[in-house]
Amino acid sequence: MQVNTEFRPKIVAFCCNWCSYAGADLAGTNRLQYPADVKIIRVPCSCRVNPLFILRAFQRGADGVILCGCHPGDCHYTTGNYYARRRMTLLFSMLDFLGIEKERTRVEWVSAAEGAKFAATMNEFVETVTKLGENKRLEDLRCKKS
Amino acid sequence: MQEIMKKKALTLLADGTVTRVLGWKRGDFVYDITPAVFETAEEVETAFVYNAFCGSNLSKYLVKESRKEGKTLVFLKPCDSYSLAQLLKEHRVNREKVYVVGIECYGKADVEKIRDKKGASIIRSVREENGMLSVRGLVDADASIPLYEVLLEKCESCKSKKHPIYDELLGDEGEVVEDCNRFDLVARLEAMTPDERYEFWRGELSRCIRCNACRNVCPACTCEKCIFDNDVSGVAQKAAADSFEENMFHIIRAFHVVGRCTDCGECSRVCPQHIPLHLLNRKFIKDINELYGEYQAGADPDTRPPLVNYTLSDAEPSIVHTRGGKDNG
Repeated sequence: MQVNTEFRPKIVAFCCNWCSYAGADLAGTNRLQYPADVKIIRVPCSCRVNPLFILRAFQRGADGVILCGCHPGDCHYTTGNYYARRRMTLLFSMLDFLGIEKERTRVEWVSAAEGAKFAATMNEFVETVTKLGENKRLEDLRCKKS
Repeated sequence: MQEIMKKKALTLLADGTVTRVLGWKRGDFVYDITPAVFETAEEVETAFVYNAFCGSNLSKYLVKESRKEGKTLVFLKPCDSYSLAQLLKEHRVNREKVYVVGIECYGKADVEKIRDKKGASIIRSVREENGMLSVRGLVDADASIPLYEVLLEKCESCKSKKHPIYDELLGDEGEVVEDCNRFDLVARLEAMTPDERYEFWRGELSRCIRCNACRNVCPACTCEKCIFDNDVSGVAQKAAADSFEENMFHIIRAFHVVGRCTDCGECSRVCPQHIPLHLLNRKFIKDINELYGEYQAGADPDTRPPLVNYTLSDAEPSIVHTRGGKDNG
């Protein structure tokens, strides 16, 4: 039996219900290819994502975390993504300050009409994280399966 | 100063303006001063202390004290009154129940630094006079050390000697210190490569014993129930079992006070492991200043805190990739 030893990253994508989740859906119905390494978690709004969500994802074995929301100005709740933008900027800056690779985190604005952008973003993000390799700096050894 | 403060407290207690006094009293040693509440004149007379080791910030205690019957007299140093102003902004303290006496402050002493200077492990008494500390040890000769040489880390980069809030002032009204250079260390770390930063922070944070002192002392941490007290969180009241927990605890602790941290430096002062926790808070403050405009928590009661505010043209999170910070190799 052949064992697949090639490294495949685990990516968690937080997608807002109103834009990016629909965008992912559109990518699917359009048969656009993006890696199966991306696990989508639907959230009501990008500002529902609290910094702890991002850290917990890393703890439970994610190698990269991406947050997708409506374009600024298009938020279903009018202003949610503006708050998310500030929060994530500060959080990512802090992760970078602690020496954690900044390429592992990203925020991307994807509307419900941008299936192609969703697929392209995910392809590119998976490629970046694959190059970085396993998440070692924010891993929790207790959560690792041997 | 101590006598002037005592007199003030006794007068206000006697004429019924206040029913209790929030101040400091001596601990086991002359240098471990602890916050204390005094309810009678005798208590103030015998136990009230104010000296070079009164570094602790009393404003957090007002959250509880201001809910009690009657007014509380509190003595605040400038950095402490920033914290109180911030707590008032968050409606955590009842202003009507607090009588604030602002006191001038030229910095407080760090006993560790005195030990380093003097070389004595047992310090019997310390007297402060005109910026000089006369230190008496148990066995060796007395020493006279200038206060500015043994300042607490937080006092070395004091941001302001001005009280944003007070009912009465003892001593002189100070000024905001413009060139306090408090972001120097943060900037030095930012100039390192990510690998160096990672090594630096592993070295610091891996010493954390999760005593929660930083959280308990923080005047911005006034939640009735802290997320870290949640039993299912896996990090409630226990030593970190994995490096992840150390990182997570300190990132989240600092994040929860973003825009509310007045940079009083208490977290680092009380850390028994001497972790420079204030650097995490200062990193956030520095980012806010650079990205969203200068903001000093507690300085102004009317401005909106940066994290509950936004502009249409805020920087995108990808700015982290382009600003400062070298890459590895």
